[in-house]
Formats: sequence, structure tokens, C-alpha cells
Amino acid sequence: MTVFVIRRLLQAILVVFLMSVIVFFGVNVVGDPVHMLVNPEADQSEIAATIERLGLDRPIWEQYLLFLKGAVQGDLGNSFIFGEPALQLILQHMPATMELAFTALTLAIVIGIPLGLYAGLYPDNAISKGIMAGSIVGFSLPTFWVGLMLIMLFAVELGWVPATGRGDLGSFLGIQSSLFTADGLSHIFLPALNLALLKISLAIRLTRAGVREAMGQDYVKYARAKGLKTRRIIFVHVMKNIMIPVVTVMGLEFGSLIGFSVVTETIFAWPGMGKLLIDAILQLDRPIVVAYLMIIVMFFVLINLLVDILYSILDPRVRLQDQGA
Amino acid sequence: MTDMTAATPATPDAAKVETPFQRFRSEFFESRVATFALATFGVIVLLAVLAPWITPQNPYDLAQVDVMDGRLAPGSEAFAGYTMWLGSDGAGRDLYSAILYGLRISLAVGLASGVIALLVGTVIGLVAAYAGGRIEAIIMRIVDLQLSFPASLVALMLVAALGKGVDKIILALVVAQWAYYARTVRGTALVERGKEYVEAAQCLGISKARIVFRHILPNCMAPLIVVGTVQTASAISLEATLSFLGVGLPQTEPSLGVLIANGFEYMLSGRYWISVFPGLALLFTVVSINLVGDHLRDVLNPRMRK
Amino acid sequence: MKKLTAATAVTASILALSAGTAFAEKLTIGLASEPTAMDPHFHNLGPNNAMTLHIFDRLVDQTEEQVLVPGLAVSWKPIDDLTWEFKLREGVKFHDGSDFNADDVVCTIERAPNVPNSPSSFGTYLKGKSVEKIDELTVHFTTPEPYPLMPNDLSTIRIISNETGCDAATEDFNSGVAAVGTGPFKFVSYTPGESIVVERNDDYWGTVPVWSEVEFRPISSGPSRVAALLAGDVDMIASVPTTDITTLKARDNLVISQGVSNRVIYLHMDQFRENSPYVKANGGGDIKNPLMDQRVRKAISMAINRDAIVERVMEGVALPAGQLLPDSFFGVSDNLEVVAYDPEGAKALLAEAGYGDGFEMTIHGPNDRYINDAKVAEAVAQMLTRIGIKTAVETMPRSVYFGRASRGAEGNLPEFSFILVGWGAGSSEASSPLKSLIHTYNPDKGFGSSNRGRYSNPETDALIEEALRTVDDAKREELLARATEIAINDVAIIPTHFQVNTWASREGIRYIARTDEYTLAMGVVKE
Repeated sequence: MTVFVIRRLLQAILVVFLMSVIVFFGVNVVGDPVHMLVNPEADQSEIAATIERLGLDRPIWEQYLLFLKGAVQGDLGNSFIFGEPALQLILQHMPATMELAFTALTLAIVIGIPLGLYAGLYPDNAISKGIMAGSIVGFSLPTFWVGLMLIMLFAVELGWVPATGRGDLGSFLGIQSSLFTADGLSHIFLPALNLALLKISLAIRLTRAGVREAMGQDYVKYARAKGLKTRRIIFVHVMKNIMIPVVTVMGLEFGSLIGFSVVTETIFAWPGMGKLLIDAILQLDRPIVVAYLMIIVMFFVLINLLVDILYSILDPRVRLQDQGA
Repeated sequence: MTDMTAATPATPDAAKVETPFQRFRSEFFESRVATFALATFGVIVLLAVLAPWITPQNPYDLAQVDVMDGRLAPGSEAFAGYTMWLGSDGAGRDLYSAILYGLRISLAVGLASGVIALLVGTVIGLVAAYAGGRIEAIIMRIVDLQLSFPASLVALMLVAALGKGVDKIILALVVAQWAYYARTVRGTALVERGKEYVEAAQCLGISKARIVFRHILPNCMAPLIVVGTVQTASAISLEATLSFLGVGLPQTEPSLGVLIANGFEYMLSGRYWISVFPGLALLFTVVSINLVGDHLRDVLNPRMRK
Repeated sequence: MKKLTAATAVTASILALSAGTAFAEKLTIGLASEPTAMDPHFHNLGPNNAMTLHIFDRLVDQTEEQVLVPGLAVSWKPIDDLTWEFKLREGVKFHDGSDFNADDVVCTIERAPNVPNSPSSFGTYLKGKSVEKIDELTVHFTTPEPYPLMPNDLSTIRIISNETGCDAATEDFNSGVAAVGTGPFKFVSYTPGESIVVERNDDYWGTVPVWSEVEFRPISSGPSRVAALLAGDVDMIASVPTTDITTLKARDNLVISQGVSNRVIYLHMDQFRENSPYVKANGGGDIKNPLMDQRVRKAISMAINRDAIVERVMEGVALPAGQLLPDSFFGVSDNLEVVAYDPEGAKALLAEAGYGDGFEMTIHGPNDRYINDAKVAEAVAQMLTRIGIKTAVETMPRSVYFGRASRGAEGNLPEFSFILVGWGAGSSEASSPLKSLIHTYNPDKGFGSSNRGRYSNPETDALIEEALRTVDDAKREELLARATEIAINDVAIIPTHFQVNTWASREGIRYIARTDEYTLAMGVVKE
């Protein structure tokens, strides 16, 4: 186990390094940040001065080496636009995104799995068909479109919750989050629901598919023949088996939640790192884009590792293998 | 749970003489919903293919589009004399024409990227699962690498770097999505690989390729189709999102996604039709694909068969 | 569930709004673009310049119409050809209680062009100028050549405190430690991406604002910003999308303020390449660049239905443009009319120039920079296609667009042939667009920096340069107007429209619209 984890960590470092090369050079192909930054009234010498100030006059490989040198010391460069360390800016924006993605994932699981279970157990029931139809509609509509609809319905027409922004912060066990205040919860409800919709649909479908498949399998038949209660069969045996694909995909979907938070945060003016990223992309704030992607890569390499470990706990047939051996 | 058997009434006599394809066909058309969805999808494809012959306007020919016709309500008459049954968008495109032309692009983008990503991902996933060892390790690290980027971000970055265009969007979507298939196939195959029947097959001296394609692949079908329908839907939706973020397809040759994104800004102004009609077209398309996919999964899954 | 009718929904939002009025001292404003720092010298960018104006003052102030009026300086005059004398306001105190005097001005002028990491410094306005303290309340600015725009340039510089600000880093301003000015509001908090809060400076030397506290919230998506106003999240929003203005006007619980901006939207044409990359003969073959022919440029201008652009694309929220700045500005010409829409005349002119069968061209434009930019480009393409110039449209995000438009081709030359761009005159007079757009490209002198068509005319060059040396206002105004006339009649660029900016606020308050597009809490009045 320890060897496995260490090996995977070493691989992760290699992945992060390779990614830094791809990302750095990829980002530097796009556009010309100078013309995004300087005031249109600036003359040619001022433009040249800005290019020099940002180090963009150096060859790209030299820029990369400088970046790498800084990165090893935990410095991912300064934002072109804010002039502050990119890492610091992202970390400032991270809690807002994390609480949004976390809330969305929770909503997806809490709503999606029971609905999927129901639809899987009673596939021909009208309610199940309604659930499935809803799940299909759920991921057929573009997130940004649904987001505005939610705002119009719940904030503008009904006036139940605020339309945009993040609420007051509260503190609990030393963690600062807007999840701990009523104002914060009222603010997070719409964006989290918006972000969760796709994942609710996915959880429903995965759970239903898993349940339907499991119910036909021999171990369920044996269990039934043995006289086990239906409730026990479902919640102990079936659930344990279908949790594997659901856990895998939901774990991976946390990444896509953070990716899609770009859209949700734009619509709901949520001050998270997705908003920071899309602004950075649109304004070519390269250090932020690179730093963001580096953090995301590290984050998800770790998530992958955790999912693999969870696999082994949930399904002993999948052995944690030292794959080189 | 006893109603499970009732859902798929088996006719043992017929099953003996049917070829697998005939059985698949009859099982598929048993479901009225799936049949209807397939028919809807067929109609949608037909409409898209026939677009140039059944629309009053070529929305890509700027000589036929007049800004003076912009934002007309459904049923208004265009300057050129025909009626705009679904109204017009901000640039003066007849929405009925624009939707049918947009369907062509969206379908091409969604299906092409879905199929290519599925093929690439499945092959890579199977190779990884079966080869094992160092090859698997390397492949799965690449998959990890790819998955560590949310698909929307990968597509966003690629399109921003590659520029606009249908081919570039397809490429971006394939790059963004193949790893999902690979990961799914490998995950399922890994479980299957450990099962007794594979060991038994190996003992019997059946070739590796045969085991993979005859035994492991069919078992991967159910999750693949779930992921496939979700991913195709999300490919079409993702294209719309990229357009919303300003890096999607060109404005002058709008896909459904571009139409919706353009109409988005009119949502609060009461000109619902600019966004709603293309949205409905997208909804019908994606829902019919999904319903067909859903049912395919039930039919194809060997374990669901009685 | 009970279905809410439209009427109840309106009542609900009215109730929400009147609940807001009870705490009317606090004002919340939804901004379209966010400032990047609270350091007034960090980034020469509209949103920053607007935001820092709450906390800091400038020597020379600009009114809503960008007329120069005394700010921290009570008077200014040129005392010889090369020297301007500024008399400073007496008795002004910084937020920390220290006195404002000439030392603050001197150190500000030294710091402003030299902020580390600055993406766009204020050096543009301070280059070649030196400052000298004469006494506590008098400073002299000197330049190597006669320079008339000294007050305009100084109206871009916010004065910071000698004690707290001049040695401070940008982070110190962002944290508030150094954000100590003489302005109408005091810094409270700055959370990037989320909010900026300021509170009233009760000891302000000028008109004390009515709002005790103001919160600015960046909401970049247009429809979301409108929704935030409708839902009562904010009291006022800037940059109302043109698509929503009609509906918002129809609601009687909202107030709309509009004002023409200093920004002209125009078309720039490649006039320096015999073979322009995006102009082709019919069928795609090479062609000698027709845009070099004045008749072709004129035909293009005549083919553009500016009223249609204003009415249909901009939904009435713009003014057709016939020159570089709207009428009220310094240096505009009285002799220029908006070019009339005349497609037949345009065709005839094309035929006369030898392009009776037209040619093919691509218009390039940004899709996220100006109001409805992509739609305007598309409308222009439609109109040109009608007179036989088959025009394709390619729009792209500004991050890609401006770099390519300015120096995307080999040798850092402009890449495109026919582009849609905009120009806002920050200095509020005609020398700004003339110098950058019309004057021959000349990096050494800093002229023609945005002349992406590389139009070059010795006559206009001479007039512009002379104007920039002429301190006498009347004479200078005449020179600028003449340069404008020559350039426009030669179709150096084709102006299409002036943007009109729109703000919307809840009932009971109104924004005094500004030509410089700034959103200032000082300009929000109770009705």
C-alpha cells in the first residue's frame, strides 16, 4: 500500500511537470496580452516598456525556465493584471469555488442517488419514467441558459433568494465559509443548484443503470432465495456494488464541477476561481491561467489516487497493484 | 422485483431461430418510447439534411440577411416577402432557417466528436486493461493527465489556441472527452478481467484478442453507452457553452449553440423566441439521442437479457 | 404550487425596492468591469480610474461632460512657453488628517509612471514633464517643448499622500494601508471579484456625498447584472445591455440614465499594402488593394446605413457618427455631416474606380469589447455585400483580436485588411484620436500608435503636430478641426456611430450620465 502510494506520488510529480510544459507553451501561443493591458492611448514606447516589464521580450524557453525556477520555490509568477502573486490570488478565490462545488456535489448525491435507486427498482413505474425524463432534460440544456432561468424564476419573479454574489461569511471549527450563515446559504442555493443539475442527472442515470444490472445478477437471486429481506438486499448488497461506478464517476465529476463553475460563477457573479480563470483567459493574464491549471492538475491527480484507493475498499476484487511489477 | 421478468416477455421458440441482429431489432422496437425517439431523431436529421431546400433563407449568405429584419416576432413578414414563423434573431436571420442550418452544424459537431472520442477512448481503454503492466501504467497516467483537466477547460483552452471553426471544435471536443471513455472501459474491464470466466477462457487457450472483443467488450457496453449518451449530449451543450464564453463557432454561421448563446442576452427583454426556439431544437435533439441510447443500453446488456 | 401572476411579481419587486429605501444611506452598485487594484497609479484603465476617484482627487477635475474644472488645484496657467503654474487648494486634508501640499504633488508625479509590475503605466501622460515645488501651495510643470495639454494630462493623475502613499507598494493600497486620499470617500475594504466598499468622508473639501456607505459589486454578465437590479440585490447598475433598455424603461420602478460617450466606433482600412491579405478578387484571386483608392473607401462609407445600425443593432442607443468625437467636444469640426446612406451612389463610385463587379473582403472585429461589436460587424458586412463587396465576418475575443490587429502580420505589421474598432478620447478633445489614429505611424515620436490602416497624409500630420504645440485654445481648436475635416474627407477612417452609455437605478435615485463612461457614486443623486 505504502509503496503503491509513493509510486503514484512520484508519477504525479512527473505528470505535473509535463503538464507545466504543455500548459505554459500552450497558453503562450494564444493572443497578445500587451494589447489587452496597455491603455489604448499609450504610445509605442510605453507599449515596449510594458512588454519589457512583463518579461515578454525574452524568448519563450527563457520565460519557461524563469517560471520553473520560481515554481520550485512556490512562486508561480505575478498576475499581469493584478500585479500580485498568481498563487495567492487563486488561493484567495479558492474557498468560494470549493464551497460551491462541494454544495453542488452534495446536492447531486443527495438528490440523484435516491431518485436513481427508485427509478432502477421500479423501471416501469410512471414516477420512474418522469425521473428519467427529467434527468434527460437536466443535462440537455446548457448550464448558462438554465442559470439565467433560475435567476429569473427564484430571484426576480419570486424574490426568494438573491440573484447574484456570495453571502456573509461565518466561522465554524475555524473554517470560514458562507455555508455557515443564513445569508450565505440563501446566496449559494441558486448557483449550487445550477451547477448540480448536470450531476444530478448523471447520478440518477448511473445509479439506475447499476441497480437494474445488479438486480438481475446471481448474487441477488441467491440472496432472495436465501430469504433475505428486500430492504437488506438493496441497501447492503446492491448498493455496495453499484457504488463503484457511481463513486468513480462522481469523484471525477468533481473536476468537471470546478470546470463548469466557470460558467456558473460568470452568471451568478460568484467570486470564485472559475470567474478568475475566465477573466484571465479573456484578458490573457497568462500567469493566472498557468497557475490555475497547475493547481487543478495537482488537485486531480490526487483525486484520482484517492478514487483508486476507495475502489479497493469498496471492491476487494480490485487489488491495489504496483503496476510496474 | 418479480416484475422484472414481466418487462421483457420472452418467446423461447422465436429466440431459437432469430439471428442476434433480428433479436436486437425486435427488442429495440418493443419500446414505444425508444421507437418514437428514434423516429424523432430521424426526422431531425432529415430536416437538417434537407435544410437548403426547405427554408426560405440561407442564413449564411449575408446578401440574404437584412439587419432591418432583426428581432421580428414569430409570424412577422420579412422584407423579402416570406413569413418568419419563428421570428428572427438580432442580425435579421429567419430563425426557422437558422435553426435547421444550425442543426446541421450541431449534429455534425456532436456526432463526429462523440464517435471519434468513443472509438479512440475505447481502444485505448481496452488496450490498457488487457495489456496491463507498464503499458497500462503509462496509458492510465496519460488518462489521469487528461482527466485532471475538466473537459470544459480543455475545450476552452484548445479552442482559444486553435481558433474558431467546426473542425477545431470537433478536435477540441474529442481531446476533451476521449479519456472519459478510456477510463470507463478500463474500469469495467478491470473488474471483468478478474472474473472466473476470463480465467476459464484463458485456460481454454482462447486468444487474447478474442477474449477482449467477445467477452470483455460486450460487458463494457452498458457503462460505455451511458457515458456515450451523456458525453454526446454534453458535446453539443459544451459547444453552446463555448459560444457563450465567446470562443465557440463563428457568429455568422451559427450552430444551435451559437443561436442560443446569441439569444441569451435577449432573455430578459421579452424576445424569448431568439433563445427559446433554438433551445427547444437542441432539447429535442439531445433528448431523442439519449432516449435511444438509454434503450440501446437495456437491449445490448447481456445481463438484462432473459 | 400557487402560480404567481406578473402583477404579484411586480408588487413583490416594488416591496423589495421600498424595503431598500429604508436603508437608503447605503448604496450598492453593480459594475460591468472590475478594477484591478486600489492603487491609483497601477493600471491606466477605465474601471480603475473611476474607482480610485472615490478615494483620491486630481489637480484638475473633469465634469460629466469632461470639461476641465479646478480640483486640488484652484487655478493653472502657462507662465512662459515651457512652464505651467498650478496653484493648489488650501486647507485640504487627507483621510488620515495630514495636510495636502506641494510635496504630495511632487512625489505623486514621481511615483505615477514608475509603479513596479504596472501593466499600463501613467507614463503616457507624464513623459517629458518635470515638476518643481515653488512653495507649499504652488508647483511648476515644465516641458522641453510648448505643450498645451498639461491640464488635460494632469486630470488623469490621482494625488496620493507624501507620508503614506508615495513609498507604498500596490499591495498596500489594496489592503487599505496606503489607500489614503483626499477624496469624497474613504477606503473600507477591497475583496477582488466580490466587492469594494467605501464610506463617506464627512470632512470632504467639496460637496459631501449623500451616501454614507457605497458597495461596488462586479457582475460581468449583462443579463445577470440586469437580474440583480430587478431582484433588488443592487440599487444601480452600469452598462445596461442595449437589448434590455426598452423593457427596463417600461418598468415604472426603475430609472434609466443615458449619455453619449467619448467613444467612436469606426472602420479602419489597410491603406499601405499593395496586396492586402484579406482583400481578394471575386473568386479568391489576388487583387491590387482597392482600399487604397479613395473612391472605394468613400463608396464603403456611403454603403453603410448608419441609421439602421443605430436603430436596429444598437436599438436606438447610439448616435450616427460623421467624425471622431460627438459635437460638444473640443476640436470637433462644424463642417462635417454624417455620410448619407446611398447604396446606388456607392455602386456607381465603385464602378468608376473599376470595381463594378465588386471584390471579396473579410471584416475583422472583436466580440467582447464594444457594445454589440460583433453584430455591428455583421451588419456592416451585410451592407457591403449588397453593393457587391462580398464581405465575410470574423469576430474574435479581444484578447486575440487586438494583438493581431496591431501587429499580427510579419514584421509586426497589422494583420487585417478591414477592421471594426473603437476609440475613446480619454483626454476629452480631438487631439487624442487624431494623434493615435490619423497621424502617420511613427514609433519614435509616439504618433499613430493605433493607426492600424497606416493612413499617412503629410497635410494632416503637419496640422496635428502644430496643434500639439499651440497653447492658445482657440487656435488649437481650429487646427484640430481642420485636421479632422481633411482626414474624414479623405476617408482615412469611416466612423459609424458614437456609443451611448446607459445606467439603470431603482426608483428614487438617478445617475448623472458621464461621457467618460465612469460610474461614480458621487454622481448618484436622490430624486
